[in-house]
Formats: sequence, structure tokens, C-alpha cells
Amino acid sequence: MRQTVIALATGILFGAGLAVSDMVNPARVLAFLDIFGSWDPALAFVMAGAIIPSAIAYSISNRLRQPLLDGRFFIPENRIIDRKLIAGATIFGAGWGLVGYCPGPAIAGIAFGDWQPIVFSAAMLAGMFLHRFSTDLIETRKSIA
Amino acid sequence: MTTPAPLDPLVALGGGLLIGLAAAVLLLFSGRIAGISGMVARATGIADTGIPRQQALAFVLGLPLGALIVGFWIRSPDIAVTTSVPLLIVAGLLVGYGTRMGNGCTSGHGVCGVSRLSPRSLAATASFMLAGFFVVAVARYMVVGA
Repeated sequence: MRQTVIALATGILFGAGLAVSDMVNPARVLAFLDIFGSWDPALAFVMAGAIIPSAIAYSISNRLRQPLLDGRFFIPENRIIDRKLIAGATIFGAGWGLVGYCPGPAIAGIAFGDWQPIVFSAAMLAGMFLHRFSTDLIETRKSIA
Repeated sequence: MTTPAPLDPLVALGGGLLIGLAAAVLLLFSGRIAGISGMVARATGIADTGIPRQQALAFVLGLPLGALIVGFWIRSPDIAVTTSVPLLIVAGLLVGYGTRMGNGCTSGHGVCGVSRLSPRSLAATASFMLAGFFVVAVARYMVVGA
């Protein structure tokens, strides 16, 4: 229960940060990605601002045996850069560049009553499901063969 | 495409600090990564990323709530986004598929992963940034024209 409260509180904080920094505005994100045009550095400042407390928290976590409300830290330990990672990130980046939405701003953006983040988010869920469906299919084929 | 009015770098930095604080609190209290694509996949039952589903759901619901609070008390954003349904659908499909395939997005890789200098996250962040730059360049200067 306490962890659910923390999850809700951090979700609210995260969404507030996205709104304060105008990352919920796809035009702002596209202006950052438009490096050959009138480049808008806002997203770089947002990333820098986010990395500071986050990096401090990681260095603290290294000295802790466990987090305050759980028995252990759940930090990915995989360090292998494979094709799947690069291909996935590239596909994601292409979709990001098309409209200017990544998952957080799309979900948070629903709050302002526009229909576009709803359509985008629905398609995003469909994309996630498609990925699961395709990997399930490959697994099934492997197990048959 | 209209270019938004410049944002005060300190406001951008402040918004970023809130995002980083959220990631910091979630890590130090629950030991979890604030990766939104993973949270969404878990909340909807599409993938099991390890975090209890109720927590993922609470986090995802918190995102629009936080945005709503800011919109209500501080400043309502002036959102400019395409009205093309096919474009929104194609972009959404790519973002959904790609973030699952690459195990993360701007938050999980770009903020949390870069913060701990994870080689995978650094590579993923470089990849989605380059892809984003490329797609915007093609869309603006080769398809639509400058």
C-alpha cells in the first residue's frame, strides 16, 4: 500500500515536471529535434535537470542495502548492447520524431482535453501489444521446432 | 508547423528537476526505475516488467493528474500537435513497438539509465535521438519543404 502511494506520488510529480517544462507540447519536442532549423534547447535543459537528482539518488542507492520500502533494488543489470536494443530504440525514435510524443507526454497530455494524445496512446498500446504478439509467436515456433 | 515561443531555460531545468526528483524518490523508496513505457505495459497487462501491477497503474494515473495540477494552478500549456489521424496512429504504433523492443523510452533510458551511465541506456538514448533528428529533418526539409 505504501509503495502504491509512492508510485502515485512520483507519477504526479513526473507528470507535473512534464507540464512545467512544456514537454507535453509536441511542437516543443519537435523544435528540439529540428537541429537544422530554429533549434529549441528546452528538452536538453529538461534532461539535464532530471539527470541531476536521479544521478544523486543512484549514488545514494549504491551505498544502501535496500530501498526504504522494499527488500531490494530492481535495477537492470544487463550491460549488453545488442541489435534488438538499437533497433527498438531507433523505431521508437522514428515514431517520436513523426509527431513529437514519447510515452510520458502522451499519457500526461490526455489531461488537457485534446483528442490527439488519446489516439496516439491507443496506437502506442496497440504497438506494444503487437510486439508482445510477435515475440510470443516466435517463442511458440521455437518450442514447436 | 508553428514554433513555440522560447521557454525560459530555468523553467525547463525546474521541470526537469521535478522529473528527476520523481525518479529519485521511486528509486530510494521502492527500488524501481521510473520508466514510463514499462509502467504502461505493466499497467495494461501487456508485459510483466516486474513491478506489481497496482503500483504501475498508480504511477501511470499520476502522470495526467500531475499535468492537470500544473495546468490548473500554474500555467495551461499551449499545445500544438498534428491533427492527422494516420500520422498519430503510425507514430503511436512505432513508439509502442519500439519501446517494448528496446526496453525503454525517454524516461527509462534517457533519464534513469543515463543517470547511472548504463551502457545500454546510453546506446539506446543516442539511437532514439539520432532517429528523431533524422525523421524531423526528412519530414521538414525533404517532404514538406522548408
